[in-house]
Amino acid sequence: MTTPTYDTVQLGDLLPDLALPPVDRATLALFAGASGDHNPAHIDIDVARAAGMPDVFAQGMLGMAWLGRLLTNWAPQHTLRKFDVRFAGITHLGNAIRCTGKVVEKLEHNGERCVRVEISSANQFGQVKIVGAALIALP
Amino acid sequence: MIDKKWIGHQVGQSTLVVERGRLRFFAKAIGETNPIYVDEAAATAAGYADLPAPPTFVFAAELDSSTMFALFEKLGVSLGKVLHGEQGFEYFLPVVAGDTVTITSQVKDIYDKRGGALEFVETESTAVNQHGAKVATLRGVTVVRN
Repeated sequence: MTTPTYDTVQLGDLLPDLALPPVDRATLALFAGASGDHNPAHIDIDVARAAGMPDVFAQGMLGMAWLGRLLTNWAPQHTLRKFDVRFAGITHLGNAIRCTGKVVEKLEHNGERCVRVEISSANQFGQVKIVGAALIALP
Repeated sequence: MIDKKWIGHQVGQSTLVVERGRLRFFAKAIGETNPIYVDEAAATAAGYADLPAPPTFVFAAELDSSTMFALFEKLGVSLGKVLHGEQGFEYFLPVVAGDTVTITSQVKDIYDKRGGALEFVETESTAVNQHGAKVATLRGVTVVRN
């Protein structure tokens, strides 16, 4: 991986997309265990239905972890200073999520040269699931 | 409606020993393929003391101890009604396998929209490592669907 540098990065530069396979139940079960999010609404259809949902649905933090992969695929993790998201929609079974990012600002933060990257994820129908931003200190 | 008296409530501390096996499991669960997250040699070659915890992993410390789930029980909120609204991290130091992360959380704000149809619980947390050094701060908003 070639680390982007502050001087070479341009406003409007796109991060390489990260495309995920469709969400299935096994993914949700694995993430429940690995993340510590044992909320049964993500892994037990009976609980999900009792709560008024049609079926189990993805943990929000699974989608945020995928956006984390988008960022660390572009710049090494130790350059990441801030990572903020808003969950805009529920990710359902069968949703194939694509994560995208764009450099929108160059700025100084705590004495470091940083870029602000706008990030989002959407399913195969273009429905936005997460929007957010990251601050990355570039060499 | 959730009682506003909980604003400022200290949720408590959660401690997570960051184990290599757990990090590999997390990497598998999120489909991470970069070798630095699963292979110690690749991690050290990249300058990390051990396998680094991915950016959102520190959130697991809050969940593992069940302090966050216990908070919603105290607030009288069923887990079936909650959705994650927002989440933010600010990073100060890397977290790697072998570290012990302790997170201290408090309720920052409670508010509602649409005449109480949706309630929001905002929490703020600070994560420190075994040396007492701050590694990250976390901000979360949970949405309660009434």
